Amino acid sequence: MNTPVSATVVSPQLRDPAWVSRLFWLLAAAVLLAPALVITEFKPWTLFEPETIKSTKRFISDFFPPKIETEFLLLVMREAWRTVAIATAGMALALIIAVPLAFISTSAISISALPGRMHALPFVLRQATRWLLIVLRSVPELVWALVFVRVVGLGPTAGVLAIALTYGGMLGKVYGEILESDETHATHALLRNGAGRLQAFFYGLLPQSAPELTSYTVYRWECAIRSSAVLGFVGAGGLGQQMDNSMKMFQGSEVATMLIAFMLLVAVADQASAWLRKMLA
Amino acid sequence: MRIAIEGLAARHPAAASGSLPALKPLTLTITPGEQLAIIGPSGAGKTTLLHALACALKPATGRLLLDDIDPWKLPVSQLQTLRGQLFLAPQAPPLPPRQRVITAVLAGRLPRQSLLASMASLFYPSHIPEAQAALEKFGLAGKLWERVDRLSGGERQRVGLARALVSSASLWLVDEPLSSLDPSRAAQAIDTLTRSAREHGATLITSLHQVDVAKRFQRIIGLRDGALQFDLPSTEVTHERLAALYAQHEEELLGATANGEENTAENPHIAPLYCR
Repeated sequence: MNTPVSATVVSPQLRDPAWVSRLFWLLAAAVLLAPALVITEFKPWTLFEPETIKSTKRFISDFFPPKIETEFLLLVMREAWRTVAIATAGMALALIIAVPLAFISTSAISISALPGRMHALPFVLRQATRWLLIVLRSVPELVWALVFVRVVGLGPTAGVLAIALTYGGMLGKVYGEILESDETHATHALLRNGAGRLQAFFYGLLPQSAPELTSYTVYRWECAIRSSAVLGFVGAGGLGQQMDNSMKMFQGSEVATMLIAFMLLVAVADQASAWLRKMLA
Repeated sequence: MRIAIEGLAARHPAAASGSLPALKPLTLTITPGEQLAIIGPSGAGKTTLLHALACALKPATGRLLLDDIDPWKLPVSQLQTLRGQLFLAPQAPPLPPRQRVITAVLAGRLPRQSLLASMASLFYPSHIPEAQAALEKFGLAGKLWERVDRLSGGERQRVGLARALVSSASLWLVDEPLSSLDPSRAAQAIDTLTRSAREHGATLITSLHQVDVAKRFQRIIGLRDGALQFDLPSTEVTHERLAALYAQHEEELLGATANGEENTAENPHIAPLYCR
């Protein structure tokens, strides 16, 4: 005979024991999120007030139709290409910063750590390098761009330098983490057999982690393209700078064209990076 | 290389300093060019002994003398130069999966190569004939340009051993070289190792699970629970001694030759997560 199941009385064994903790975490999330909404003055209903709707309509209607004069399109293409160039040049400089620092910060190629504990001096050096990378990457590229616009003047150079510094820190830190987390068996075997650090790096560690490192680099390059467009708004050249100019002139149709160009650019970069990463897999 | 160990005990680097050492105080001398096998049940301290001899593990007590020099008294850079004289082949072949076989073998030359030469060799491999000859001796002649991840487990193990042949080490420490080889490959591999070590004038020390293979060495060391049970010419290693060495582990003594199939199992890859 089946056990009768009453609607009100459920035997304790049949009650989900995980229920209480699930409820707790749900409530905890709500309690933690509520102050965030207050601090950010999150009031979505203001979007739907008549005054807001009117100005939104005006702004958006300016966008149509997008401007498609040949001369303007050529300008947009040139600026889009400049944006890619800023991102690529910035990434190249970032690699020059990131690769040696990541190499220095990796304890997987420590010789003194082979039989046990790393010596004090290399330990301090590795930690210091890690901190340097963290400092580099914790300053947003927008801030670096504002600094460099003042130092080297308006134009792409400021954008390149801003991306180089922030992305140098970002790449260096993540490269270090990738190298650190990978299987070290091959690398340690080489070090134990008397190979140098750089030799062990190139013959053991790098072939192990190369796909992951490259894939992350390509992904970051794509991010740099998006970010270099934003940097243009503070005068660091490229599509963003043109967009900023047009916005200040209330040329909605120009902004629309550039937005479309930018979306196309990001889509192409996304495809290119997906294709590259698939090739490496 | 002349090896002397005096009351040497060692424990795994991760082990607590108060814990029982994996290798209890041990005294041995090994003359240059000697070939010897270390046998014993799992957990006997065979790998620990090899690591201690390779200067991969610092002795907890006692000392190691290589050609009458205590390597642990040397500065780090000189110790690293000395390690170039010691070739340690771990049981799991230490080969990056995406590396080509040629590069993996030539990595054995790194200690005697300048950084520049080893970088150039990544661009275009130097000493291709040497690598090919080493592979041929292990029956891998056709695998020179293959990628390591295309090889079976047994083939990888033999590539790891071929590395010894291109190194200039005078002490070869080989950990379980036959663990994933079938019996005929195992016989070939051990023949190649012993003959090549003789040709190179290198001392060969290898840990083995296969007692019948160990009998082909002049000298056999029996380890059990981290302690020396016997150190004898192989002719004097009797059934009684083996039975005592493997007491309670008889399946390892009997099944030693049975588990020699080529295994192709891959290590599971653990995908790490990062803050990006």
